[in-house]
This record gives sequence, structure tokens and C-alpha cells, in this order.
Amino acid sequence: MTLKEIKDLVQGEIICGEDNLDQQIECVFASDLMSDVLTLRDVDNLLLLTGLSNLQSIRTCEMSDICYMLVVRGKAVTDEMKELAEDNDMVIIRTKFSMYKTAGILYGAGLPAVY
Amino acid sequence: MNFVYHVEGGDFTNAGSTSSQVKRMLKKIGVSPEIVKKTVVALYEAEVNIVAHAYRGDITVDLEEDHIKIVLDDEGPGIPDIDRAMQKGYSTASQKVREMGFGAGMGLPNIKNNSDSLNITSEVGKGTRIELINYFQ
Repeated sequence: MTLKEIKDLVQGEIICGEDNLDQQIECVFASDLMSDVLTLRDVDNLLLLTGLSNLQSIRTCEMSDICYMLVVRGKAVTDEMKELAEDNDMVIIRTKFSMYKTAGILYGAGLPAVY
Repeated sequence: MNFVYHVEGGDFTNAGSTSSQVKRMLKKIGVSPEIVKKTVVALYEAEVNIVAHAYRGDITVDLEEDHIKIVLDDEGPGIPDIDRAMQKGYSTASQKVREMGFGAGMGLPNIKNNSDSLNITSEVGKGTRIELINYFQ
């Protein structure tokens, strides 16, 4: 599924990386715990679903080689976060939906979990 | 090559900036993506630990032809029981650290899982020293 399709499914908005919306996503990991995200091994074409919107969630993606992030519950993304994400060629989408609803929609649409 | 970076306790804005610089450096010299990732994940967890628990610290990166050695020396409260701290789920982190997405007792086990060699020494009331080595082959 492409990031564009994901964005439409969750009625999301693009925060950064709009030139890469045709990128294919193969699986999803949902967590607010960054230490847990840092345990992921194979992150190619993985989307991180999180309610944690701060500099450390972007840093965690940077260290983990995760390029795609979906922020739930309409959490604020600061200019500093956006700048760091852009430096790392990340795509960030934001939805107003809750974590549970967002995960349900994506899973129901055929996107598998990473585990 | 030797590089030294300074880290301030409580400075969550810059937590990870050393790890980010080391990542760029390792990528630039052509270290494989798997080794880069395990090294910076271990380093990032350790860097966040200084910010979360210590007053300040220095990170010394020694880059050799076939390995990287990273020493993190902090001035802080120290770890009274390292074996206990290494157990998954054990944490003394503050609420602020937990709000940052850490403090679930996974940091030290994560560092261990991503290091070829790890040595932790600590003195209560003085600080903690973490030495980790990762080989490029």
C-alpha cells in the first residue's frame, strides 16, 4: 500500500516528505515506547504509528532507519521536529484518529503487523 | 581517529545529536548499514541514559580500521546494582524521561544486544562508565 493510500484512509495530512508519497509500505509497528521501536531489526518499508510526537521520536526513527511515521490524535509536530525529519528524508503524516482506530483501519485494509 | 562529545544531563532537545554525528561518520566511511544501525542504537540508548540520569557526561569515540570503541563517562548518581539494572523492565527513570518514550527498563538490555563487547562500571554518587566495542566485519 502506498503512503498516499494510507494518508487517504486515515484522512491524514502530510507534515513533510510529500514528494515520497508513492513509496510502498509493507508493515506497521505501533508504539509510544521508543526503546521498543529501537529493538526492531528489519525496518525496510515499515510505517511507525505513534502518539509520541517529540524530538526523541524523530531521533529514534533516525537511529532505527525508519523513514515513515504516522502521528495519531492530531499531536503537534514542531518546526524543530519537522526540520530533523526533513534532514533524514522522512515522511510524516498526521491523523486526528486515535491509535486504536488508525491501527484498525490500516490492519483492516490489509497492512500486516511487523510481528 | 578520536572524537570527544559533551552531553548535558536533562538536555532532551540535544539528546541523540552525538549519535546522529557518529551515524553520519560511520556511513561516510562505508561501514555496512547493519553495523551502523546496531552501533548507533546502542550509542543512542546510552546517550539518552546520560541525559536522563546524569548531570553531565563525555562520549569518546575511537574509530579504528576494523572497529569502533565508544566510552561514555558520566558524572551522576551511579548505578547501585548493575545486574539488576541490566534486567529487562527495571527502571529508575523519572516521569519526564517516560514522557520522552524511554524509561521502561529496556535501555541497558538494548545496549547489550547491540554491542559486540560491553563493559559497565559504576560508583554510587560519582558516575557510570560504559565501554562498548563493535567490529565492522
